[in-house]
Amino acid sequence: MALPPLIADLRRRLGPKNVVHAPSELAVYDCDAFTVDRHRPDAVVFPHSTAQVVAAVETCSKHEVPIISRGSGTGLAGGCTPTKGGVVVMLTRMNHILELSLPDRLAVVEAGVPNIQLARHLAGTGYQYAPDPSSQGASTLGGNVATNAGGPHTLKDGVTVHHVLGIEAVLADGSILQVGPVEDPAVLDLQAVLCGSEGTLGIITKVWLRLTRAAENHRALRAAFTSVDDATATVSRIIAAGIIPAAMELMDRGILGAVEEAFHFGFPPDAGAILIIELDGPAVGLEEKQRQMVELCRSNGACEVLEAQTAKERETLWKCRKLSVGAVGRLSNSYMIQDGVVPRTRLPHILRRIAEIARHHQVRIVNVAHAGDGNVHPILLFDERDRDEVRRALAAGRELLDECIACGGSVTAEHGIGIEKIEFMERLFAPADLRAMRRLREAFDPHGRMNPGKLLPA
Amino acid sequence: MDTTRGDISNPPADHNPARNVDHHLFLECVHCGLCTATCPTFTELGDENDGPRGRIQLMRMVAENQSPLTDRMRRHLELCLDCRACETACPSGVEYGRLIEPFRVAVHETEQQAKVEQQFDWFREIVLYRLFPYAERLRAVLAPVRMAQRLGLWAAAERIGLLRLAPGRMGRMVRLLPPPVRQGPRLPRFLPAVGRKRAVVGFFVGCVADVMFRHTHWATLRVLQQNGCDVFIPEGQGCCGAVHLHAGSSRKAREMADANLVAFELDRCDAIVVNHAGCGAMMKEYGVHWHDGLQPHREKFAAKVMDVHEFLDDLGLLCPPGRIEEVATYHDACHLGHAQEVTEAPRNLLGTIPGLTLRDLPETEICCGSAGTYNLNEAAMADRLAQRKLDNIVATGANLVLAANAGCLLQIGREVRRRKLPLRVMHPMDLLDLSYRGECLV
Repeated sequence: MALPPLIADLRRRLGPKNVVHAPSELAVYDCDAFTVDRHRPDAVVFPHSTAQVVAAVETCSKHEVPIISRGSGTGLAGGCTPTKGGVVVMLTRMNHILELSLPDRLAVVEAGVPNIQLARHLAGTGYQYAPDPSSQGASTLGGNVATNAGGPHTLKDGVTVHHVLGIEAVLADGSILQVGPVEDPAVLDLQAVLCGSEGTLGIITKVWLRLTRAAENHRALRAAFTSVDDATATVSRIIAAGIIPAAMELMDRGILGAVEEAFHFGFPPDAGAILIIELDGPAVGLEEKQRQMVELCRSNGACEVLEAQTAKERETLWKCRKLSVGAVGRLSNSYMIQDGVVPRTRLPHILRRIAEIARHHQVRIVNVAHAGDGNVHPILLFDERDRDEVRRALAAGRELLDECIACGGSVTAEHGIGIEKIEFMERLFAPADLRAMRRLREAFDPHGRMNPGKLLPA
Repeated sequence: MDTTRGDISNPPADHNPARNVDHHLFLECVHCGLCTATCPTFTELGDENDGPRGRIQLMRMVAENQSPLTDRMRRHLELCLDCRACETACPSGVEYGRLIEPFRVAVHETEQQAKVEQQFDWFREIVLYRLFPYAERLRAVLAPVRMAQRLGLWAAAERIGLLRLAPGRMGRMVRLLPPPVRQGPRLPRFLPAVGRKRAVVGFFVGCVADVMFRHTHWATLRVLQQNGCDVFIPEGQGCCGAVHLHAGSSRKAREMADANLVAFELDRCDAIVVNHAGCGAMMKEYGVHWHDGLQPHREKFAAKVMDVHEFLDDLGLLCPPGRIEEVATYHDACHLGHAQEVTEAPRNLLGTIPGLTLRDLPETEICCGSAGTYNLNEAAMADRLAQRKLDNIVATGANLVLAANAGCLLQIGREVRRRKLPLRVMHPMDLLDLSYRGECLV
């Protein structure tokens, strides 16, 4: 049987070993970590170089099919789900660290390098690449840039866009765009445009990343509160006291149960919520800040404050946060993690409302939050085989995000829009804003082939 | 909404390869993808089909009758090392080994039953099933080779490239063979504690380990004695059964497990101590593989099995006195680190050796490509992983690599010889023993 012309062309241009097209092998590309909406692509290609990405894009262009870029597929919003079929461009074989220059504070990496791989290369050098999304153990740096990933340390260090110096991307017409790495204030800031563009403007193939000095000293503590209200109120009081921690994370009772079952961290059984707070900086003054912090937690009702004494203990504190979302698998066989953000002072309100919404829709919701940023991650639990439960979970998710907008916040802080949040765009942005974004997208991709159906509503 | 995941209103039929998989285990995977970066084959190939999340989806599609097991799917599943790094990475606690192992066994059994003009796989039937698991047979087969090694003929053959002429899996096996060392005599049935008696243990000897690494067994026994252990080495014990089980023959593996059940008197010992990770992992799981009348006994047996590092670290190692001024790095055998979650204990023990510098090995969680008999069956991937492992070892600057599993020692050893590197490959017990005896490396 003759191969379809698209497949034949892809095999010719990229080599047969770099093209997957058997239906049974395409199934695993039907979604990312957002599993409620699934579609198979027509083919998956594995380029080894930017030139091969160009070949893939040109072939898709010739056959007029969509192009979807994908890294480790850890996205939570369906950003790389091929909703309209087409060709998935896997960047996982472009996984080389091309240059590490500590004197220039620069790392040059191919898009498919996992975040953790860069972190490991930098361990012990005194330098770091700051953004550390919770998926960093698997997610790729190209994917981090395409989604403008955040992470617990966003509070002090900023998100991915603040650490990107340059980007190489293949555009829809097959041309190769390079912006940066030399900063030129006199031109349009295209790096910022490409950061978080979710593969709709081009396929990011290489990035120049800013390295920063790793903090010399860290202090981490875990404060347990009997009520979520006390914990969220404490967050605002800490910031109001003029202390900006490196990170401030909240986990509620529901998620603590799952994490405790999985890893036995020894949380107080009556804790309604815990905060994990990290301070960093020069040794001088850190001790004093930590003392203040413990005092603030206690005076706001903390029933237990545990201070990490060693690097190992600190690592354990972080481990319990970083593994928390995945541990949800112990509570339910499917989940949807939301990514709402509200002004920090509205945290107590939004968490109370989430509890009400959960009751109303009869959906179990547990919460983790980058509390310092007002970024909440309610996790809605359901059984994907139960259609009614799926429907209720989706409805609850929608309602709580509407509540975030009503609080003056937004429906995503770091996970991106993908397909999951697209319906909110018209409520989040004025028509003029959306029009400007659409025109920008058309300028990059006039035929609408780069990851269609994502980010902006049709 | 497109829900391609079906329900199991049609449970897997008798011929379905997923028939022995507890379906509930599939549901624990929430598809987060955090396992991908620690999977050796995904890291090398970058294809979801060659990663744990993808493989689970493939098996689940078969289980839920959404797709037959195609040749391509089967190939992706065969390429899995069963190293279980994904279990360590998985935040949801998915027991991947309990998915892939029964699945593979069922695939093999179906083939056996169908007997569809199948070529006789002499390697599996003779070498894997009838030779490897029996120490005495293997020793007899290797006797001429050992003689050649002693006479220097082997080294000559290696030098002029003669060994490279041996074909296929046989050739790979020949090249894995380490140079001869003084093995020591047959193991006795009992060795008494030195000094105050602190514990009584049964020692598991195994098959390939006894033929290739009897000197490591002796080292382990001396270390146990030095730490106040009476050691019983019961007769009648044999292979742990892992070779059979992982090659897809569950019944034969069960017979071997049950022979060990009979050999060890559980009430007489505080623990059954194992010094090779693959055997230890298998024996700790005796309780989960088979569901018949003996299951409670197997569970009781499994509960007593301890890796020697784990055992000594728990007991409290009496610090070895001899200085060993070397730079070493420790490689986590998958079946120790991932399958048994023993990672700290070997490092703690090695840390007590005076003068020894222990450097962290990058990507220590990634398999060396040995994986039981994988290095014989999946040559290309095994070689890629061996090279990756050696690159990481070289980067540490160590002159000594320590690993607590026969397969890893053979695999890393072969790659070291191929590259002609000045690196020693040893079991941690070998090194501890040297320190207790006040000897240094020669």
